[in-house]
Amino acid sequence: MTKAMAIGVAGVIVLMSGCEREERDFDRTALRSNPRAQADGMADLQPGQPGRGMRPTASAGGYNPNSAYEVAQGKQWFRWYNCVGCHAQGGGAIGPALMDDKWIYGSTPDTIFATIVDGRPNGMPSFRGRIPEAQVWQLVAYVRSMSGLISPDVAPNRSDGMAGAPPEGRREPTRPDENKPK
Amino acid sequence: MSAAHRAWLAAVSIAPIGAIASPAHDALRAAGPQAAHIADLWWLTLGVCAFVFVAVLAALAWALWRTPRSDAGTPADAAPAPAAEKRIGRRVTVAVTISSVLLIGLLIASVMTDRALAHLSLDDALHVQVTAHQWWWTVTYDDRQPERIFTTANELYVPVGRPVLVTLHSDDVIHSFWVPSLHGKKDLIPGRVATIQFRADQPGEYLGECAEFCGLQHAFMAFDVVALAPAQFEAWADAHRKPAAEPEDAAARRGRDLFLSGSCMLCHAIQGTSANAHKAPDLTHFASRARIGAGRLPNTPANLAAWIADPQKIKPGVNMPAHLIPGDDLGALVAYLGTLR
Repeated sequence: MTKAMAIGVAGVIVLMSGCEREERDFDRTALRSNPRAQADGMADLQPGQPGRGMRPTASAGGYNPNSAYEVAQGKQWFRWYNCVGCHAQGGGAIGPALMDDKWIYGSTPDTIFATIVDGRPNGMPSFRGRIPEAQVWQLVAYVRSMSGLISPDVAPNRSDGMAGAPPEGRREPTRPDENKPK
Repeated sequence: MSAAHRAWLAAVSIAPIGAIASPAHDALRAAGPQAAHIADLWWLTLGVCAFVFVAVLAALAWALWRTPRSDAGTPADAAPAPAAEKRIGRRVTVAVTISSVLLIGLLIASVMTDRALAHLSLDDALHVQVTAHQWWWTVTYDDRQPERIFTTANELYVPVGRPVLVTLHSDDVIHSFWVPSLHGKKDLIPGRVATIQFRADQPGEYLGECAEFCGLQHAFMAFDVVALAPAQFEAWADAHRKPAAEPEDAAARRGRDLFLSGSCMLCHAIQGTSANAHKAPDLTHFASRARIGAGRLPNTPANLAAWIADPQKIKPGVNMPAHLIPGDDLGALVAYLGTLR
C-alpha cells in the first residue's frame, strides 16, 4: 500500500516536472531602445522595393536559444522569408550551406544577426527594415540549430516539408571552424 | 425563451469582441435550407427526448406512489406472485418497444436530414475556396476565367438564393468551419480537401467561427458571412476584382512606400503593387472590411494603429510582430491602408 503510494507520488512528481517547461513571452516589446546603429547595410541588395524600409525606434526580443517556440518560429521564418530560396534547407545552393562547420562571417549570434540585418558582400541581401528584430533573433537561433549549435531538446524535430537531412534536433554538434571559409 | 437565448448568446460569445453590432449567430434561426434541416432535426430530437424524459419521470412517480406501504406490524409477504410478474413483463416489453421505435425514428430522421443536406441543388453554384490558418481565413472566389478570380480574408460575401460550394483547406492544424445560421460544422484537416454547400435565403450578416480548438487564439478566429442580393453581390465582386487604387494624398503615398519597402510586403499582398506574399491576409480591399485580426477588433484607424504597433498585446501568439516605428510612419501606414477601399 505504502509502496503503491510512493510510486504514485513519484509518478506525479515526474509528470509535474513537465509543467511550465517553457514560458512563451509574447509581449517583449521595447526591451532596449535603438540598440543597433542605423548605418546602412553592407549590401546594396534588398528584398522587395528599394527604399529605407522601416526604422524601428526600439527593439523587441533578443537571442533566446532555450525556447523551443522561438527556434520553431525561426524555422518558419526561414521558409516564409525565402531563406530557402538561396540556402535551400541548409544544404546550400546559390548561398552557402548552413548545416556544416564552415562560417564565412562568424557563427556567434551577433555576427549571424549582423549578416541578416546588414547583408554581406557577394549576394547576401540586407534585411534591415524588412524583418522585425524579434523575428531576426528567432532566425538566428534557428540558423544556429541547423549545425547543432544549440541544445537538441530545443531544436525543431519536425519539418513541414520533405527533408533529406536528419531533423535539427538530431544533428551532431559541429565545432565552428571560423578560419576555413567556403 | 428566445429573448433569454439571445441574451445568453450575447453574454457568452459576443461580449469579448467588444462593441460590435452582432451578426446573426443562431443555429435555431435558420437563414437557409441547410440550417433549416438541421434545426428541424434538433427540434424533433428535443421533442422526443422531452417526451421520454417526462414519461420516465411519470413512471417513476407512479411506481413510488403505488409502492405498498408497510409498517412494523405488517406480516412478511412470502406468497408467490406469478400473475403480477406476467403483467410487469408485458409493461417492460411495451416500454422497450416504444424506446426502440423512438430511437429508430431518430435514426431515420438523422439519415433523412443527411440526405436532404446532400441534395441541395448546386446548379449555378458560387465556387469559393476557403483556407484556414492559425488564426485567420483566406477566401478565394473561383471563376472559369482566371483573371476574374480574386482573394480576400476573414469575410465571405455570398449572393442570396444562389447555392455556395465552399472547398475547405487547412494550412496548419485541424480547424472547423461553422456558420450556425447557414449550416453545421465541417472540419478542415491538413492535407485533405473537404466541401460544404449551403444557400442563404435571407440577406443579412452571419457570424462564422472556427469550431475546433486550434491553438492559443482559437477564440478569435471568426469571419463575417454577408449575404447580399445577387446584383449587389456582383457589384461587390467586381469592386474586389479591381487592383488597389493609387493613393492620392502624400501621407498615403508615403505609407505605400513604407509598406512596399518595409516588412509588411514580406507577408501581405496588395494586388496592383509589388506586394504579393501569401503568408498573411490579402489587404487589397482592406478598408472595406468590418473587423481586423479575424474578428478581434472593429476596423477603425485607432485600432489599426494599435494593431500594427503591437499585435502581440491584442492577440498574443499571432504571427505578426510588433513594429516599433515612429508615430508619423505609423500614421502614414494607417492612412494608406485606409485608402484600400
